[in-house]
Amino acid sequence: MKVSVQREDFDISLETSLFYKDKSVGAVASFVGAVREVPMTLEHYPGMTEKALGKITREAMSRWQVIDCTVIHRIGALKVGDPIVLVAVASSHRGDAFAACEFIMDYLKTRAPFWKKEAAGWVEARATDDAAAARWKKTARSARGHRRRAARRSTARST
Amino acid sequence: MKVKVLFFASLREQLGKSMEEVDVPKNVATVAALRDHLRSRGAVYQKIFSGKNLVRAAVNQEMVQAGATIKAGDEVAFFPPVTGG
Repeated sequence: MKVSVQREDFDISLETSLFYKDKSVGAVASFVGAVREVPMTLEHYPGMTEKALGKITREAMSRWQVIDCTVIHRIGALKVGDPIVLVAVASSHRGDAFAACEFIMDYLKTRAPFWKKEAAGWVEARATDDAAAARWKKTARSARGHRRRAARRSTARST
Repeated sequence: MKVKVLFFASLREQLGKSMEEVDVPKNVATVAALRDHLRSRGAVYQKIFSGKNLVRAAVNQEMVQAGATIKAGDEVAFFPPVTGG
């Protein structure tokens, strides 16, 4: 498991290539969020950010059959087209990889202390992000449902 | 008792500072009480903690609700709803 908050860019193929050293890995799902339309600056809460990302990642690993995962989130000034966040999950099968990857992103968006600022001002939080995170509230039925839906999904949503 | 109070994003900008040590009376025992105590210190605090602004809080780097208790030496942070990802 790797969690990193950094200014530097990341290399998705390098990050995910590390997963395949484990012979039981048969599925890798990854999500990249990128800056669109206008440049932005990302502020965070040093210390809490790493803790929150670690907690979210560990929860994903306890809910699904996850072999390894990597979460990288950038901070500082970013321009249009720059990658902001990488969530990559390795599992034996795609259902768990997709579900865990989406779960981590949904929780990250509502629980990890990052704030985006554009030239026009601070970006406001969206209710749709709260709703997305609320879908994962723990009940045995909903967890199974998410896993089934995730298995049917072939591509990750973009932010 | 003394607590360390941190402010982030729009709150930090409006206050013009990211951190301060606050000596609070003993009866200030929750995040909500600390918020009210800060509000009594001036117009800028009243503005950032006005009903119009959604303000989230963390105690010792864990996100909490307003009713969470605080004690001497705690690190309490106030910030707008998060917008990462």
